Amino acid sequence: MRSKIAITALAAAGLAVLSTACSSGNGFGGSSSAASTASATPNKSALTLMFGTSGAAETAAVQQAAKAFTRQSGIPVQVIPASNLTQQVAQGFSGGTPPSVFYLDPGTFQNYAKDGALDAYPPGLPNAGGFAPALTQAFTYKSTFTCEPKDASTLALYINTADWQQAGLGAPPANWSQLEADAKKLSTGGRAGLTIDQTHSGIDEFFYQNGGSVSNAGGTKVELDSSQNVAALTFLKGMLNQGTLKFPSQMGAGFSGQAFGENKAAMDIIGNWENGTLQSDYPNVKFKVYPLPAGPSGTRATLSFTNCWGVPKQQGNLAGAVALVKFLTTSQQELTFAKAFGVIPSLTTAQSQYAKTYPQYAVFVQELAYAHPDIAIAGATQALSAFDSGLQQLASGSPASILKTAQQNLQSVIDQGA
Amino acid sequence: MTVPAQLDGPRRPPAAAGTRTRGPRFTARARESAAGWLMSAPVIVLLLVFLVAPIAMAAWVSVSDWDGIGSPFASGVHAVGGRNYAALLTRPGLPQQQLGESLRNNVYYVIIVVPVQTALALGLALIVSRKRLAGRGFFRAAYYFPSITSSVAVSILFLYIFGTAGMLNAIVSDLGGQGPNWFADPNGVLHIILSGAGVTTAPGALAGHGFLGVSWWDWLAGPSVAMVALIALAIWTTSGTFMLIFLPAIYAIPADVTEAAVMDGASAWQRLRKITLPMLRPTLFLVLTLGLIGTWQVFDQIFLISQGNPAGTTLTPAYLSYLTSFGDQQWGQGAAIAFILFAIIVVLTIVQRLIVSERRAGRAS
Repeated sequence: MRSKIAITALAAAGLAVLSTACSSGNGFGGSSSAASTASATPNKSALTLMFGTSGAAETAAVQQAAKAFTRQSGIPVQVIPASNLTQQVAQGFSGGTPPSVFYLDPGTFQNYAKDGALDAYPPGLPNAGGFAPALTQAFTYKSTFTCEPKDASTLALYINTADWQQAGLGAPPANWSQLEADAKKLSTGGRAGLTIDQTHSGIDEFFYQNGGSVSNAGGTKVELDSSQNVAALTFLKGMLNQGTLKFPSQMGAGFSGQAFGENKAAMDIIGNWENGTLQSDYPNVKFKVYPLPAGPSGTRATLSFTNCWGVPKQQGNLAGAVALVKFLTTSQQELTFAKAFGVIPSLTTAQSQYAKTYPQYAVFVQELAYAHPDIAIAGATQALSAFDSGLQQLASGSPASILKTAQQNLQSVIDQGA
Repeated sequence: MTVPAQLDGPRRPPAAAGTRTRGPRFTARARESAAGWLMSAPVIVLLLVFLVAPIAMAAWVSVSDWDGIGSPFASGVHAVGGRNYAALLTRPGLPQQQLGESLRNNVYYVIIVVPVQTALALGLALIVSRKRLAGRGFFRAAYYFPSITSSVAVSILFLYIFGTAGMLNAIVSDLGGQGPNWFADPNGVLHIILSGAGVTTAPGALAGHGFLGVSWWDWLAGPSVAMVALIALAIWTTSGTFMLIFLPAIYAIPADVTEAAVMDGASAWQRLRKITLPMLRPTLFLVLTLGLIGTWQVFDQIFLISQGNPAGTTLTPAYLSYLTSFGDQQWGQGAAIAFILFAIIVVLTIVQRLIVSERRAGRAS
């Protein structure tokens, strides 16, 4: 009995010690606040730059940029390529030692912005007004532009030129009915005319093209279950049932770009990351890239994707971190990144230079003019993946009920977060 | 667990003994116990730091509104009572539905994997324990090999085997059939069988009612085709481990008991039913318990192969907890899922223990 009490007492004492150790001091860094602002002069303490890399080329380019920054400013930068960026950044935040600067996607951005963990540094930088509106919008939280985009991507129409000529087709499809007709002509011998990714990021552009939308401007109301959106999904369902549109999983491909590369589909609606896939995995495929066809009423629309340079508010060298972002978001540096690993610059000045240097990819820049950011809501990862599950079943499901379920799920995420 | 009082009694000094003898003995004992505490202190500290404290922290997070920034014990974090649990268990909505789906998926995973892997492990152990088998060592190593291979390597191997144009489907098409689109097929196996019998839509009674946001019709979907591939993987990798647990237990069965049974004219089947299996019962309990815990916690294969896809049919509570925490930054809800899973495992283990001990008691009388 006595030993039982002793064990309990010891355990309790240990817990007490541990919890005080956790709550005080900088170990878990809950209350330590470095109340420096972007206007303060940077100190010389080391920065960390964490990013998810697409490969050796990107890692090398980021490392070189960091070295150049150190030469110029005298602030050492430790570059950390993350194997699981979201998880590693989250671990940094919970431990009180987030990376000074990190790649941040729009969905996770919403989470951290809501928690007030990010420094809204763009107003202090000279280039804050220099980004395409769709990109600025993706990183605006409660009408404050909080995080500067580092790159841009848009969806475009990839056409396999060999298949195209074989089918005897002329100009690329300009609208939905032409898209449907061309896909029909291109569907032969088990090959699908068109493929798209069976996720919201691969399909939402059809809503905008049909005059619908995903949410209101402030992101407070989901507008998925509109009649325009139901009509857009019904159009896609019709093509799926005809067999002229196939989802990649129907063709044994992990994503639509793989099916396009393997010529299981003659057309693909996908972003410019497909260029890298085709270059490295399917170098023999001849293709051309065109703007997406317009909707029935002539509305042009596409989706834009981007990441930004996240800067945590609480860190030892906030001014240094902002200086690093300033260095990384010059036109010249963005064009260096574009050359090194194929990303499209986020600054409009750099974009026009990029379009001149790579005329074959100018279409992605051109489309930014009517691009809508891919949907991003704080805490909605699972609601969105449930939406994707619904879209996967589009061939047999009801467009109206898929949209209604997603509408309810996403709206309740917003309502609970507010 | 509890020591009967009469066993402990006689060792105590009788009350009549003088205080003279009692004093020195007590100090000797105290010194002994101090030394004992000192020697076990490192382990106790390790347990506290790496086991008790994290569990206590997770328990606190599950009833708090911690947002993942800074310490969960910082002043800005508030207790929210059972709100995180309510969102999962009582309030209709996506979190509840996803918990329901993940539990359904995992239930089918457990009720197929645990019996099959236990039976397979026992069968393999019985075969390789036979003295007349040539190359016993080779077979033992071969069956154990999947267990010591990294789960990452095994998962990627299965991605190739079960790919749409993978090895398995190539064999099926050579035989004139057409294999399913394994990791992309969300259809439940029981639903597929029912649709073969002409039942494609749910009867109203099953579709209209449900539990945890999932209709009874969907509870009865069975494991999806994708989940079947994951089940095959789990059985293949873990059977070898459990075979290794059965082996020494089989060797420990006294040879004279088996010999006596042979002399009595018992057949091989009777010897297995009446001698081997009863004598393996403690090991069987261990294997079933370990299997139950392991299968309820399945995470790595899901993380590597399917990420819960297709259509959420390979989502499991452990992976859902990870998604909720790291994907949606709903740390409280993620921790709550982990504790719900913990409760399920504890309850099932207790039930299993009761069943096994009841059977033992029934036999004895």
